[in-house]
Amino acid sequence: MSTKIAVRNLGKSFDTDQGPLQVIDDVSFDVGDGEFVAIVGPSGCGKSTLLHVLAGFDQPDRGTVTIDGSAHLKPSAKGILIPQQGSVFPWLTVQENLMFGLNGQSMREKTELADHYAAIVGLKGFERSYPHELSGGMLKRAELARALVVKPEILYLDEPFSALDALMSLRVRRELRRILDEERHTVVLITHDVEEALDLSDRILVLAPRPTRIQATFKVPFSQPRKLSSPEIQELRDAVLRELGA
Amino acid sequence: MALRKPRDRRSWRALPALAVIAALLAAWWLAVIATRSAIFPTPWQVLTGAFELARDGTLWVDIGASLMRVAVGFGLAVLVAVPAGLWMGWVAGAFETLNPVFQILRPISPIAWIPIAILWFGVGNASPIFLIFMASVFPMVVQTTAGVHTIERRYLWAAENFGVSRATLFTRVVIPAVLPQIIVGMRVGLGVAWLVVVAAEMIALRSGLGYLIIDSRNAGNRYDLVIAGMAIIGLIGLSLDGIMRRLERLRIVRWRYVH
Repeated sequence: MSTKIAVRNLGKSFDTDQGPLQVIDDVSFDVGDGEFVAIVGPSGCGKSTLLHVLAGFDQPDRGTVTIDGSAHLKPSAKGILIPQQGSVFPWLTVQENLMFGLNGQSMREKTELADHYAAIVGLKGFERSYPHELSGGMLKRAELARALVVKPEILYLDEPFSALDALMSLRVRRELRRILDEERHTVVLITHDVEEALDLSDRILVLAPRPTRIQATFKVPFSQPRKLSSPEIQELRDAVLRELGA
Repeated sequence: MALRKPRDRRSWRALPALAVIAALLAAWWLAVIATRSAIFPTPWQVLTGAFELARDGTLWVDIGASLMRVAVGFGLAVLVAVPAGLWMGWVAGAFETLNPVFQILRPISPIAWIPIAILWFGVGNASPIFLIFMASVFPMVVQTTAGVHTIERRYLWAAENFGVSRATLFTRVVIPAVLPQIIVGMRVGLGVAWLVVVAAEMIALRSGLGYLIIDSRNAGNRYDLVIAGMAIIGLIGLSLDGIMRRLERLRIVRWRYVH
């Protein structure tokens, strides 16, 4: 597997009233092409900041992020960020949201593509609905479809299921897994939910509390679909939780 | 038992307000009778006065004159305030340059501009139009600018992530995101414009509802017409606000009011 994202000696601090606050301290890791990497860590450890830097929305104080060997400085449609609170435009319909990032196609092609991806995530029949007319789970699917429709090479997911109830979270996760089996994307998932990471990822990076650095790495060598109650996965879960201090 | 229709429920909800209005009218009527006032009219005299004005056509001419001035002054203010507010909200340099000027001009009462308006524009229509413009432009600029400043970062990031052009970002993200705030500014601006037109017509003009009030007092203490004019100003102001409130129900801005 070739390297898609290479992170080297990344450091990031913020200015506060009490002086500079070191959030990320010397983080280095690689993400392979088509790999699904989950980054877990305690709340407030700088997971989101790390993801924002990877996606190009924040600049590091030191260190580098390269994608396919080139320095990555600005956000682009090559890698789409799905933020924790969601970013589906509330003033556009589902279809208009999905068409938003499409360029270079005719209006008809855009509409067809948007409707196709709406159907893929189970939103057929809701293309003309506004976000406030959708449930939380449907909104997440719309967000996912809007990201997928531009065919990004990388998906940056910032706790995308945290606002959903357990059942809805499981459904959307299954949906995502099914799509990833059909379409090849490199995925970086930020989460505080170890089971979510075990369910979806190929590798788990455990972050230490702030200033964050990589504390441990775990391979998740199980085929999909995974049975989270299996002894092997439970053993791995306990090992990850131990690293998190639980 | 059959469920009561929502419309019926709305009618029932209006009852307390109607009862308060009826009580005030009754108190007014009784006070006039009790004091045997020769000048202050009863509600009935006000109503017949209003019919008198409507019948001879004066009322419609004055309403038309006031509405025309508000439409022009407020319309010009919208044309200036919305682009200026968007610009100031979006371009930091424009905000830093223009905001101090707006903040100094904003607290000046529109009434304080009357002598300047008469000096510059005389006693024709241009004076009240200028005053209405000055009164309504500032709330709309401030509201629009604040609207741009408070657009949630996640929406701007999403647009940036998809690599859309600046023009697309502006037309498909910034303007729709700010539109509810623009409408709030327009509601405030129109309310102020309606207040100001009446004041301006009392001082510098020979037509309009403000002039109707002052002329009714000067030409024989016709307080029945004075109060009729006031009531009509109130009702038209309420209707104008109702029209602006309807804008809040537009599909493109409804998202702002559903949570």
